[in-house]
Amino acid sequence: MKFLLLLHNNPAVLEALGQEEQQKLMDGHAAFIEATQKSGELVVTQALGDPSQSAVVRVRNGVPVITDGPYLEAKEFLGGYYLLDVVDRDRALELAGQIPDASIDQLGVEVRPIMFEAGLDM
Amino acid sequence: MVRVEELLRGLGPQVLGGLARRYGQFDACEDAVQQALLAASEQWAVDGVPDNPRGWLATVASRRLVDEVRSEAARRRREETAAALAGFSTNVPAPEQVSGVDDSLALLFLCCHPAVTPASQVALVLRAVGGLTTAQIAAAFLVPQATMGPRISRAKQQIRAAGARFELPPAPERSERLAVVLHVLYLIFNEGYTATSGDELVRPDLAVEAIRLARMLHGSVPDDGEVAGLLALMLLTDARRNARTGPGGQLVPLAEQDRSTWDTDLIAEGTALVSAALTRPPLGPYQLQAAIAAVHDEAADTDRTDWPQIAKLYAVLDHIAPNPVVTLNRAVAVAMTEGAAAGLRMLDELDDGPLSRQHRLPAVRAHLLERAGDAAAAREQYLLAARRTASSPERRHLLARAAALAS
Repeated sequence: MKFLLLLHNNPAVLEALGQEEQQKLMDGHAAFIEATQKSGELVVTQALGDPSQSAVVRVRNGVPVITDGPYLEAKEFLGGYYLLDVVDRDRALELAGQIPDASIDQLGVEVRPIMFEAGLDM
Repeated sequence: MVRVEELLRGLGPQVLGGLARRYGQFDACEDAVQQALLAASEQWAVDGVPDNPRGWLATVASRRLVDEVRSEAARRRREETAAALAGFSTNVPAPEQVSGVDDSLALLFLCCHPAVTPASQVALVLRAVGGLTTAQIAAAFLVPQATMGPRISRAKQQIRAAGARFELPPAPERSERLAVVLHVLYLIFNEGYTATSGDELVRPDLAVEAIRLARMLHGSVPDDGEVAGLLALMLLTDARRNARTGPGGQLVPLAEQDRSTWDTDLIAEGTALVSAALTRPPLGPYQLQAAIAAVHDEAADTDRTDWPQIAKLYAVLDHIAPNPVVTLNRAVAVAMTEGAAAGLRMLDELDDGPLSRQHRLPAVRAHLLERAGDAAAAREQYLLAARRTASSPERRHLLARAAALAS
């Protein structure tokens, strides 16, 4: 079963982390990637650029209108994700708890099942 | 070409069995056989199949194994490994005639070793016993090779770390270990049966693969009722495959299926298997599920289905292998025999259990509420089930049901 583990980041929270904590976060992700690759559970992971670099496209009457900035007005933005293929939901929840973001105050990892997919190079 | 492929996949486990019995080192043997199979599929397509295909594969695989051990030895510069090489020979004698079937069984037991996680058991069975390539297995599960490759390697590491040997488990453990093998084959079948997308040309049919493996296992232990039961269950379920989806890929529930498209040969074979198995106690869950499937498959339509018999079989199943999914199915049969209200009462028992978050409970409840004539409540439950399912064809089906009740 595939699950998307969504990292809802608050850029302000991440920026406030000390250098040591930043390093710990990076190391934690590297270790998580290595472990899930070895176990054959990681499909793909990607981190997203800062929401300030986002643009939203809306087509109205056939005319595209582009606005800079993120779609949602919020403190948290999608910062990245892990797509995992695991045996069941419990395993997905267990792995979510191993992602360093889950242990950071004011952050959490959302676990959501995949329903349809296409396009992965298999 | 198809013939070569089939031939290779039949020979693969036999050659691997022979090699593993001779040299131990299951993981290295498995790699060597995979390489030999790949070499054969290329070479035989051009040069034709050799006179002794099994001997050819065994020789090539042994050479690969020796090469592997040699390069390993060179890499580590360990003299003792090099010395051990003296014991290897590329002139493999013709394997004993009787060993093929037993080897496949020992391989299944090894791949389904309890030290291996279930997802890895499935992958390893498909590769080592089913003879599929890592790329094919990855495609079957819709994951990249980069995900599937390590999963298979890890399974082999787990087997090595557990010190598992290539042999049949001792008699006291055998039925417990056989249950794991059956569960793995069941998982493979379900994965294939519920799959709805993917390019058929590159994506192997896991339901067909599971049936092939179950047939092989049944050939090894013809007197085991549960093995026969599982094979029968697969055949009786697969018989309905063509009727199960409509032209647009939408799900067609059992009650609405065009039963003239059911595969009567598969039904006859499955029914005969399960009938014979049921006469030999002890009864097991696969035999009972197959018996239930046989009752469905024999009926001309839902109204002429022997629901009292199905309700009875589910009651026995619920007794010997209690499980909320069984209770859920039993509730449908009870609703058909004693009325929707009785079925709905049975569902209430499941509200605090492990199914409480799943889509199946509201889906069945919706169905029974619809039968009871409570359209508004049924619609509500169909929508709830639609939100919960992780399958898009199922979601479409549930939404369509809800929409039909809206008017």
